[in-house]
Amino acid sequence: MTDTPVRPDAHTETTTTTAQRIRPERTLSEVAAEVPDVRRKRRVGPRTRRLIKHLLLIGFGLIMLYPLLWMLSSSFKPNEIIFREPGLIPSEIDLTNYTAGWNALLHPFSHYLMNSAIVVMGSVLGNLISCSMAAYAFARLKFRGRPLWFAIMLMTIMLPIHVIIVPQYILFSQLEWINTFLPLIVPKLLATDAFFIFLMVQFFRGLPKELDEAARLDGCGHGRIFLRIMLPLSLPALATTAIFTFIWTWNDFFSQLIFLTRPDMYTVPIALRTFLDATSNSSWGPLFAMSIVSLIPIFFVFLFGQKYLVKGIATTGIK
Amino acid sequence: MAMIQEVAKTRHASRETRKGDGKAAAVFLAPWFIGLGLITAFPLLASLYLSFTDYSLLEPPNWVGIENYQRMFEDARWIQSLGVTFRYVFFSVPLQLAMALMLAMALDKGLRGLAFYRSIYYLPSLLGGSVAIALLWRQVFGADGLVNQFLAYFGIQGYGWVSHPDYALGTLMILNVWTFGAPMVIFLAGLRQVPTMYYEAASIDGASKVRQFFSITIPLLSPIIFFNLVLQLIGAFQAFTQAFVVSGGTGGPIDSTLFYTLYLYQQGFKSFDMGYASAMAWFLLLIVACLTAVNFFASKYWVFYDD
Repeated sequence: MTDTPVRPDAHTETTTTTAQRIRPERTLSEVAAEVPDVRRKRRVGPRTRRLIKHLLLIGFGLIMLYPLLWMLSSSFKPNEIIFREPGLIPSEIDLTNYTAGWNALLHPFSHYLMNSAIVVMGSVLGNLISCSMAAYAFARLKFRGRPLWFAIMLMTIMLPIHVIIVPQYILFSQLEWINTFLPLIVPKLLATDAFFIFLMVQFFRGLPKELDEAARLDGCGHGRIFLRIMLPLSLPALATTAIFTFIWTWNDFFSQLIFLTRPDMYTVPIALRTFLDATSNSSWGPLFAMSIVSLIPIFFVFLFGQKYLVKGIATTGIK
Repeated sequence: MAMIQEVAKTRHASRETRKGDGKAAAVFLAPWFIGLGLITAFPLLASLYLSFTDYSLLEPPNWVGIENYQRMFEDARWIQSLGVTFRYVFFSVPLQLAMALMLAMALDKGLRGLAFYRSIYYLPSLLGGSVAIALLWRQVFGADGLVNQFLAYFGIQGYGWVSHPDYALGTLMILNVWTFGAPMVIFLAGLRQVPTMYYEAASIDGASKVRQFFSITIPLLSPIIFFNLVLQLIGAFQAFTQAFVVSGGTGGPIDSTLFYTLYLYQQGFKSFDMGYASAMAWFLLLIVACLTAVNFFASKYWVFYDD
C-alpha cells in the first residue's frame, strides 16, 4: 500500500482505481489509516475509544428523544398510570386514548387534519409556482435594477412577521377573508416566502447556461425554457421547497391563531391548543394521543425527505 | 452562509442598466411584485403609520403622535417582556450553538453511522416549533412530570417547573437548546470544508487538540458561526408558540414567560389596541435590525473569510 501514488501531480490518464485513490476528498488521514502505522499502535485501544464514543453518542441521542418516545408510549397507557410509570414499555396497550381524543372536541379530529391538509397543500403549490418563477427571473433574466430588487428580496427574508401582521389582519378583514384559508394561502401564491426564491436562485445558477442558450437558438421563449428545461432539472430544489413549506405550514401557529377563530376552521395546531382549555389538566392521555397523530405527517416527511432537508439546510441555513 | 455574501455583493455591484429581458422579467416577477407591494411593503408602512395612532379596528385611526412609544417605556409589562426576551435570547442561543458545534465536531471525520446520528439529533429541530411539543414540554416539566419522576428516584422533590416563576423561562430555554440540530447540520457542512491537512500539519508540529480547535477550527469556521448566530438570534427574538402554549396564552406565571411577541399579540389581538401593537412591532424591527447590524460590524473583527 505504501506505493500508492498520492501526489497531486499524478496524471488523470492513470487507471480508474488509481484515479479513485487520488480523488481530492480522500484525505491523508484516510490513506494513513490503511498504512500500518507505528504511532497508531502505541495509542491505547483506538477500538475501545471508538466504542465509548458511539456509546456516548447513542446515550445522548436517547436522552434527546426520550420525551418523544415517552409521549408515544404514554399515549397507549390508561390515564391513571401515565404518571406512575416513567418507563417506555406500556404494561398494556390501550387505544381508548385515541378514540377519546379523536372525538373530544367539537368536530372529530379528522376535520382539523383535513383543514391543515388544505392549508398545507395550497401553500406548497403556491410556493412552488410563485417562488420558482421569481427565481428564474433573478437567476437568468437581465432587467433594469436587478441587484436592487434582489437585495430587497433578501431583506424581506429577515423581516419579522409581527411587523406586518396587524395591517395584514386589517386588510384581510376588509376583504372578509378572516376565517377562511385565503390569508394563509394567497400570500404563498404571491411569493412572500422569499426564502425559497433565494434557495432556487442558488440552484438555478448552478445549472449550465449553455442549455438555455442552445434552447434560445432553437427559438424557445423564456416560458418554454423555464417549463421544459429549468424546472425538470430543478427537482431537488423543488422537493426541498415543498418539504420545508409542508413542515413549516403544518407547524405554523401564529398566523393560523390570528386568522382562524371559528372552531370549524381550526387547523391541527389550534385544535390541539384548544384541547388544553377544553379538558382539564388530568386528561393527558387523549391529548398525547392527538399530539402523536399531529406529528405523524412531519415524521413521514422527515423519513422520506431527509436527503433534501439536509441539503437544503446545508446550502442555505434554514431550520 | 451564501445569503450574507450575496448581501455584501449587491452592495458593491455596479448598477446594471441593460434592459434585455425586461418584458419577460415583468411576467415572471409579477406575483412577487404584487406580494411585495400588498402583503409586505404596504403593511410595513401602514404599521408605521398606525404606530402613531390610537386604533381599535372599530373606529378610524386617531393620530396621537409618539404617545404609543412613550407609553412603552412607562409600561411595566412591556419592560418585563423585553427583559424576558433578552434573557431567553442571550442564554439559549449561545448554549444552542455551543451544543451544535460540539456535536458537529463529534460527528465529523468519517464516523460510522454519521447519517443515523445526524437524523436523531436533527429530528427535534423539525418538531420543536409545534404545539404538540410545547404541550409535551408542559407535561415533562410539570409538577408530576417526567423530570420530577426521575428526580424522585434520587429522593429529590422537584418543583412544578413550568408553573414556578423562577424556572418557567428556563424550561423554554431548554426547549430551544433541544433544537440544536439545524445549526449542527450547517456546522457539519462547514467542517467538511476545512482541509484535513491543516490538522495534520498542526499535530506534526505538536499542537494539542485544544490548540487545534482554537487556532484552526474556530477561525476557519467563523463565517458559519457568524451566520448561525445571526439566524438564531433573529429567530429567538420572534419566539412565540412555545411560550404561548406552555403558559396558556398568559405569559405567566407572573409574566415570567411573557415573550415580546406574546405581549404584542395580547395587545393587538386580545385588547385590539392595534396602534400600540404596531409601535411595539416597529420597536422589535428596530432591535432585530440593530442586532444584525452590530453582528455584521463585529464580524469584521472576528470572522475570517478565506478567499
